[in-house]
Amino acid sequence: MNSSLSKEKIMLLKEKASEARKLIIETVHHAEAGHIGGPMSATDIITNLYFHEMNIDPNDPRNEERDRFVLSKGHSAIGLYAVLALRGYMPVEELQTFDSLNSRLQAHPDMNTLPGLDMSTGSLGQGISAAVGIALGAKLQGKRYRTYCMIGDGESQEGQVWEAADIASKYELDNLVGILDYNKLQQFGWSDDEKSRKSPIHDPKERWESFGWHVIEIDGHNQEEIEKAFNEAREVKSKPVMIIANTVKGKGVSFMENQFLWHSRIPTDSELNQAKKELEMGAL
Amino acid sequence: MKSVVPQKNVSMRDVFGDTLLKFSLESSRVYAIDGDLANSTKLDTVANGNPKKFLQMGIAEQNMMSVAAGLATTGLQPWACTFAAFLSKRAIDQIQVQIAQPKLDVKMIGAYSGLLTGVTGKTHQALEDIAIFRSLANMVVLAPADAIEMKQMMEFAHKYEGPVYMRIARDPYPVIVDGKYQFEFGKATTLKDGKDITIISTGTQTSRSLAAAEQLEAEGISVAVVHMPTIKPLDTDAIINAAKSTGVIVTAEEHSIYGGLGSAVAEVLVEECPAPMLRVGVKDVNAESAKNDDLLEKYGLSEGHIVKTVKEALKKKRN
Ligand SMILES: Cc1ncc(C[n+]2csc(CCOP(=O)(O)OP(=O)(O)O)c2C)c(N)n1
Ligand SMILES: [Mg+2]
Repeated sequence: MNSSLSKEKIMLLKEKASEARKLIIETVHHAEAGHIGGPMSATDIITNLYFHEMNIDPNDPRNEERDRFVLSKGHSAIGLYAVLALRGYMPVEELQTFDSLNSRLQAHPDMNTLPGLDMSTGSLGQGISAAVGIALGAKLQGKRYRTYCMIGDGESQEGQVWEAADIASKYELDNLVGILDYNKLQQFGWSDDEKSRKSPIHDPKERWESFGWHVIEIDGHNQEEIEKAFNEAREVKSKPVMIIANTVKGKGVSFMENQFLWHSRIPTDSELNQAKKELEMGAL
Repeated sequence: MKSVVPQKNVSMRDVFGDTLLKFSLESSRVYAIDGDLANSTKLDTVANGNPKKFLQMGIAEQNMMSVAAGLATTGLQPWACTFAAFLSKRAIDQIQVQIAQPKLDVKMIGAYSGLLTGVTGKTHQALEDIAIFRSLANMVVLAPADAIEMKQMMEFAHKYEGPVYMRIARDPYPVIVDGKYQFEFGKATTLKDGKDITIISTGTQTSRSLAAAEQLEAEGISVAVVHMPTIKPLDTDAIINAAKSTGVIVTAEEHSIYGGLGSAVAEVLVEECPAPMLRVGVKDVNAESAKNDDLLEKYGLSEGHIVKTVKEALKKKRN
């Protein structure tokens, strides 16, 4: 499967992802709350979904025919909000309200407050099941929209993920695309491997395949690979698809990358400036 | 409400299956969601009668409830049914985060609720479900007294857009509402007038309360029976009126004394109209597997227990 992305489109996606990362860090700094590492490992994929892959319209966010996205790793909400803002679902300034009283931008996605959020999540392991329900609902009603769902590798410790995996393949949900944000870290993890603190999802490819899913492995920061994977997913019949996206937690900022502490640390003023500088340089 | 003496026994679960089958044939939105218990809960009526509208989720209740939530976001109305014990405890985080908080149109049917679960014992008894569901914001909690009322509740729930929990019984119960009865959402119904004391009951304990009231009447004690089919939102006026008119109250439910109807009534009384009251319910114990009558007797839910509790409560009445 080839990528049909033009050079310009790739440039645009990279730019948007870089802007989104800046917004993530600025917002968490401003709100003095939120997560950083998970949102940043997911940014390139979420950017691709909203700026390229998904059939969506920011001016008609509840259109019945729209593609759906469920952020099962709901703690990465700010990553989704940043992309939604850049895509025109809300003014970018609204990000400043994140995590404050009466904000539509709750710590974890709330489908009732912000049109454009297709499911409420926050308790890990549940979003993927809801995505199964959404994809099943499409099949039952003869709808053509597709459902995308991002899960975490730490989240995959939840048994419910595998309950969902079973049912998705039982009902042959080829309109469902899972994305595993395989950044190899979670919140605290295991100290026996102090350097990597790896989450124990050994060979996710084999695991998802054994549950009857079609698996595609990619570099989750490479727009062409992301696009190719989505194209391949569209060709798969009678099976759900899991894209295993190899990612780096905290991607884009040297001192945040692969550091479990940046799961949800609040950057200082100087860390914020340093991060912005690095992101601006990296985007060129 | 004419006769207070219950006559015919009708199975709630049979009527549940038949009614849901009818909904599923009439409405494209209605789906039955099973957790591998359809031949117990009678969800198999839909599996057999309208197989396209039956979705098997296997023995995975957490996924089952989240899938139901996802289905609801696409405009469908899933009716998820499993044993009340599993619905209320195994999948409660899923229910709160993905059904109650987003106010999704999912109907949750707790089958085999309460103490009498068909000799399956404490792992399968649901004595906390009212307490749990009642504490969730946006949740409606219903407990029918008999199969006729249950059917009317189902009709209400089908039209109502939002999460509804309904606890139903395994075994046949006497039909106690008459032909003219119409369930009214959020409203209690007085099944028997009386001036000395009021029993406020819900679900399956209502027929036992009526029988107890009859027995007490014969002994010269005038007992009102107020049936509370909607536990949330609660008919607070009915409780206040009962306290004002009879001055003392006994609650009766097939549930723990903690957090259920008794607690709900006590909350209202204390805040609005303090009056003495006693609760009939399962005390702070786990029950066991045994025959229905033996369980009712040992765990304090029998007619005799209601009679005894009414007499104790009368001693507390302020004159
Ligand atoms: C059921 C549940 N348990 C615990 C948490 C707290 N929590 C939030 S994020 C997180 C780590 C998640 O790790 P992973 O899924 O790998 O996400 P990522 O690395 O992408 O941030 C934990 C434990 C939660 N939100 N939900
Ligand atoms: Mg991770």
